[in-house]
Amino acid sequence: MTSVLEVPVDPIVERRRAVQAAATASLGRRKLGSRVALGVCWLFLVIAVIPLVALVFYVTAKGLPAWNAEFFTHSTTPEGVPGGGVWNAIVGTAVITVVATAVAVPLGLLCGLFLAESDGRTADALRFTADVMTGIPSITVGIFGYIAIVRNFGYSGFAGAFAVGFIMLPVIIRAGETAFRGVPRSLNEAAMALGARRATIARKVVVPTALPGVITGALLAIARGLGETAPLLLTIFGNQYLQWNPTKPMAALPTLIYSYSSQPYADLVQVAWGAALLLMAVVLVLSIGSRLLAAYLRKERR
Amino acid sequence: MTTIETPVPRQTRRGGRWSLPDNGYRGLLAVTAILFGALAVWFLVAIVLQAKPAFATLGFGWIFGRVWNPSHGLYGLLPFILGTLESTAIAVALAFPIGLGTAIALAFLVPSRVRPVLSTTVELLAAVPSVVYGLWGLIVLAPIFRDTVEPFLTSVLGWTGLFNGPNNGPSLLLAGVILFIMILPTMVAISRDVLIVVPVEQVEGAMALGATRWQVLRKVVLPGARTGILGAFTLATGRALGETVAVAMVIGNSPYIAHSLKSSAATIPSLIVNNFGESTGTQLSAIFGAGLVLLVIGILVNSAARWLVWSTGNDSAGVELGR
Amino acid sequence: MTDAGSLSDVSPVPRLEESLTVQTERAMTEPPAGDVVMTLRDVAVAFGGRTAVRDVSFDVCAGEATALIGPSGSGKTTLLRALNRMHDAERSAKVTGTIRLGDLDVYGPDTDPTLLRSRVGMVFQRPNPFPTMSIYDNAVAGLRFNGVRKKALLDEAAESALVAAALWDSVKDRLKAHGSTLSGGEQQRLCIARALAVEPEVLLMDEPTSALDPIATKRIEELVGELKDRVTIVIVTHNMQQAMRVSDRCAFLLMGEDKAGELIEFGPTAQLFSEPSDPRTLDYVNGRFG
Repeated sequence: MTSVLEVPVDPIVERRRAVQAAATASLGRRKLGSRVALGVCWLFLVIAVIPLVALVFYVTAKGLPAWNAEFFTHSTTPEGVPGGGVWNAIVGTAVITVVATAVAVPLGLLCGLFLAESDGRTADALRFTADVMTGIPSITVGIFGYIAIVRNFGYSGFAGAFAVGFIMLPVIIRAGETAFRGVPRSLNEAAMALGARRATIARKVVVPTALPGVITGALLAIARGLGETAPLLLTIFGNQYLQWNPTKPMAALPTLIYSYSSQPYADLVQVAWGAALLLMAVVLVLSIGSRLLAAYLRKERR
Repeated sequence: MTTIETPVPRQTRRGGRWSLPDNGYRGLLAVTAILFGALAVWFLVAIVLQAKPAFATLGFGWIFGRVWNPSHGLYGLLPFILGTLESTAIAVALAFPIGLGTAIALAFLVPSRVRPVLSTTVELLAAVPSVVYGLWGLIVLAPIFRDTVEPFLTSVLGWTGLFNGPNNGPSLLLAGVILFIMILPTMVAISRDVLIVVPVEQVEGAMALGATRWQVLRKVVLPGARTGILGAFTLATGRALGETVAVAMVIGNSPYIAHSLKSSAATIPSLIVNNFGESTGTQLSAIFGAGLVLLVIGILVNSAARWLVWSTGNDSAGVELGR
Repeated sequence: MTDAGSLSDVSPVPRLEESLTVQTERAMTEPPAGDVVMTLRDVAVAFGGRTAVRDVSFDVCAGEATALIGPSGSGKTTLLRALNRMHDAERSAKVTGTIRLGDLDVYGPDTDPTLLRSRVGMVFQRPNPFPTMSIYDNAVAGLRFNGVRKKALLDEAAESALVAAALWDSVKDRLKAHGSTLSGGEQQRLCIARALAVEPEVLLMDEPTSALDPIATKRIEELVGELKDRVTIVIVTHNMQQAMRVSDRCAFLLMGEDKAGELIEFGPTAQLFSEPSDPRTLDYVNGRFG
């Protein structure tokens, strides 16, 4: 440095030396610390991935042997009686899920649309309620289903559908609202400028544009509904025989797995594994499928 | 986002399909919203009403009673409350560090091409039905715990006094671990989302000063994402509290206060599930009361979580799977 | 003060003196080449096979401000960020050629990037003070990252850096306040102070005033002049007038036909703007493109 400065050079050079000394001295320690900390993060990532792999592996290994023709076509038989299957539980789960979806999806989407278009305090309160509801203990929903329906109308598939629908509803509301809010305002405004009514705009502009998000949200809600056990335990009572009528007690896959799991009879446990594999497979396919769908639709839009 | 209230000319037919006039449209939407609100209110009221008789007969202290013995008229809920809290505590104590570490790895360390696959793998854990976890835990993990994990932990950590007693398969420890696996995706997904949105300028600014990667994370990224991470943590706690079936299947269902991590224990959900069928009268009412206690805890924790997550402006929690 | 149009009428000498601070003594047409602080030889930066900038060779002299100028897309920022190895974070990035800081080979196998960055600091286009830290903590953040613990040294460095950044007087009573309470220009000066506190030998500035209002811009330009003797400065700017005001030497880069930036000309600012060797330089400084 050749020029003269106001501030004498010395303190700066001194400080520079001190800083560089500290930096070099601490470098080894800092780099080691960084490597260790990041290594721990990698380790945790591995730990996080292992359970899913192990779960899928075990359930498949133990459940696949149970899958045969009778498994899918015959109803449950008591312990020791061969040739049993889970057909009645499959039917029960299907009927309950269909009924729950048929009510929760339209209602939830309309609510979601309402919330997407409103910003007042009421809307905020409803939104908060929906959010909290997605996380409340599912057993309390079962209790509610019992109180509301079973007390008055007895155990039935409807009671189960009521409880499962109650769980699905807030999930759909929030997914729907997010999807509807994602529609660009410019589309809305353009339609309004053309003189269209709000309902028409909703039907022709908002819903089609938000459809990918709506479908994904609905699929995820259904996947969740399929897996719920606690609400069903208190509402459907179970049924050894095939039952298509939702006003009667029904069987369902989750409740079957639950009750068979603690049985001391190996063949019942085997059935439980087979049912668990079926349930897990359907839910995973739905979850992965909805993700792929969402990615595909997002690419289409670009 | 406010909607524009422009006056729209009334039309009866447009393009061949009748459409609701604006008032009708808004009315319909409002009705569904009211229905939803009414449903939520009905839910709360119904449970409170069913639990009332228990409180009327037994007062309030029974919630903290230590013994549950209906045949003697004792309805202490403490063992179950403790079981719920303890299994949740184990799950959360494991999920916080491991979940955060995984989120850091996913957000910053993993090559971008592999990231979606790994993220999805962790998130799919949330999709697996609870009862499948319970089955796997009961039949596969319980023997492993009883024969391998618990003896190992007892020999290493026995001095803490947490590992007294015989080696049990179904136990508080197993329940905690299963819960941990189930809430991990929540912790990871939300933490990862808040970590990613820390502005890259902050990261670059710290790097340009001579910070190591971990220093950047610890001093700049994590503090910046602090509130969101706390929200993730609280939300994961709420999930653990709300979990019913898997825990009921692996905790052993012993209605006594656990003295060690290896003991069998019970939680409020497992109490309800196991006793619902045969209960009548005061016992049934007590069960409803237990449900109410659980509901209150669950609402409080989830409300706190939502408030924390919202205050970071992060909406990702709104659509993720819960249990 | 400076106007590209009037380049031809006035001799370069008075303009040079106008653009330098009073303390320094330079009465010559060309600033004396002092010690060379950084050298660049045949430097090129490519991302995944696509070259962004190539054929860059020049020396950075101590106690000077060297400007990298050129139209957008000419690779100025890419080149700047290669000097403190900011491209290390990008997997597809490849830097070839030789960059030396004194005796040190910047991209040598034994060179630690973290340590390098304590010697070559950087100030970014948009002010980026750490939001969770107070003003004081921001100022000493770099020191703490580098393992400095002694409070006395931290305090001394912080004060010195804040004084140098012309910020001390406004913040000395509220050092515990958050960085976000400062205005945009003040935040940028805080970032400069933060970089200075580590006492680097070179300070890289990536268009530090482009996000600021004219008054804040002027303060920072003045700062560059004041700081030159303390740290050697390399500044990227897309503003020709700014380059003329603050820099002693300029490197002019231009995007070639292969979409890669290349160094067209390097030399003392006055000469580059009045009698450049390359016709393209002449076109640029006369505003024929930009």
